[in-house]
Amino acid sequence: MIQYNNVTKVYGDDITAVDQVSLNVNEGEIVVLLGPSGCGKTTLLRMVNGLETITDGDILFNGESIQSLNEIELRRKIGYVIQSNGLFPNMTIEQNVTIVPHLLKWDQNKKNERYEELMSLVGLDAEDYRKRYPHELSGGQQQRIGVIRALAADPPAMLMDEPFGALDPIIRERIQDEFLSIQRELNKTILFVSHDINEAIKMGDKIALMKNGQLMQFDTPSNILQNPANDFVSQFVGQDRTIKSLTIHFVYDLVKTIELKDSLSSSATVKKASLDTSLRDILGFVLESEEQAVAIVNEEQEIIGYLDFELINRYMVSLSSEDDPVRVP
Amino acid sequence: MNDHQSTFGRVMEYFQNNMDWVIELTIEHIILVGSAIMVAILIGVPLGIYLTTNKKLAGTVLNIAGVIMTIPSIALFGIMVPIFSIINYGIGFVPAFVALVLYSQLPIIRNTYTAIHNVDPQIRDAAKGVGMSTIQRIFKVEIPNTIPVIMAGVRTAVVLNIGIGVIAAFIGAGGLGTLISQGITRGYHEMVISGAIAISILGISADLFLRFLQKLLTPKGVS
Repeated sequence: MIQYNNVTKVYGDDITAVDQVSLNVNEGEIVVLLGPSGCGKTTLLRMVNGLETITDGDILFNGESIQSLNEIELRRKIGYVIQSNGLFPNMTIEQNVTIVPHLLKWDQNKKNERYEELMSLVGLDAEDYRKRYPHELSGGQQQRIGVIRALAADPPAMLMDEPFGALDPIIRERIQDEFLSIQRELNKTILFVSHDINEAIKMGDKIALMKNGQLMQFDTPSNILQNPANDFVSQFVGQDRTIKSLTIHFVYDLVKTIELKDSLSSSATVKKASLDTSLRDILGFVLESEEQAVAIVNEEQEIIGYLDFELINRYMVSLSSEDDPVRVP
Repeated sequence: MNDHQSTFGRVMEYFQNNMDWVIELTIEHIILVGSAIMVAILIGVPLGIYLTTNKKLAGTVLNIAGVIMTIPSIALFGIMVPIFSIINYGIGFVPAFVALVLYSQLPIIRNTYTAIHNVDPQIRDAAKGVGMSTIQRIFKVEIPNTIPVIMAGVRTAVVLNIGIGVIAAFIGAGGLGTLISQGITRGYHEMVISGAIAISILGISADLFLRFLQKLLTPKGVS
């Protein structure tokens, strides 16, 4: 849906911010642009809605070159969320949320309905906040408003520039979860800028790791973690990349390839966990259990088998020996 | 007349005896300053906004406006007279009006320029990002969020012009300066003092009124 073809951005005469980047964001996918500051990820994002010009190459939106589209209309079709939430201080929450519908000249009833719908989406009381101003809200609330403002006209795609970067860790985690559950329903095509590998692993269907304007690796989170394409990638994901990758693997992934143990040697009772528990949590349980194992239960709470360190180990080893990922030089 | 009457008493007496005339002069003063400010806003605010998109020109324009401010008011009024004589408006309202418009430019242009220039870049970015046109961005976001600073410039210009407007009487434009200029030539102290008091009261009231207007115009969410 968003396709970068050899996109280059040069500032002045010789500062190359983005160097020949090609990547493809499919419909309904979250692609995280990840990298240290100054790597060109934000520039790459802002070129999609024309906030930065393209020096060379092209970006296609729905198959059409964005340079051939009307900039203003294009922006109204792409939701845009930024780190500092960018709410307009002079407008009420309702006016902020419905700004794009307002620019698109929706009628009042439709705007009103949409406002109420969006507020319930993020669990805020529509009436309570209708006439309030951004500065009266907490950082987390402001950011939720920033997100639903971008969703207001139901755009097919969203650009999110470190949308949760300014929030404290606890609130950030909660809003990330909230957003993922909203996304499961809405299936937007999303480009998401982050400098945080953990956030990227959690949010991304794919990660584009950048360095000095160049694309280092474009792949699924698990492939980036298991099979880093070069030294920079493995350094960026860190020595604990295997531990990190445990977060994105769940018991239901593991049982597809590995059989759980039928019984344990001792008869002691162990902790129970469901199929949708992440392997990271399972490892935690295993480490604190004397039996070094966890009982896995199905939806009816019946024990379907036992998972221990050996099985997790076997699963993780099997992952890293999979076929080579798509590598980008 | 009682010789032992205090100066204050004699000034009060002057006001009482000449109330109608003082009010008439006050209205003249308000019309002169008010119309000059209106025109100054219509020129200065758009110019200030435009200059944020053209930094080179901004420096030049702000310098010129600064130079105009440094010209002594009596000299500026003096220059206006021969210039406007060409079109037979050498003395009276027109030259005074033009001089006041020129004097107002610096505070209005500078405050507008600074205010718009300092709009949070993230907010400007968001305004562009949601798909506002340039005009929509200026009127829906940039001006509403900078009203306090722009209005501060207007207030400075108004108070300044009420004071400078006194000189307008010397080129026949009327206003409260008439009390002072006539008082001086006639050696009539009470008249001079009355004029000075009336101007002070007008200046203070105008500032209070504009503060109130500023509050009214500032959107609730803007601090």
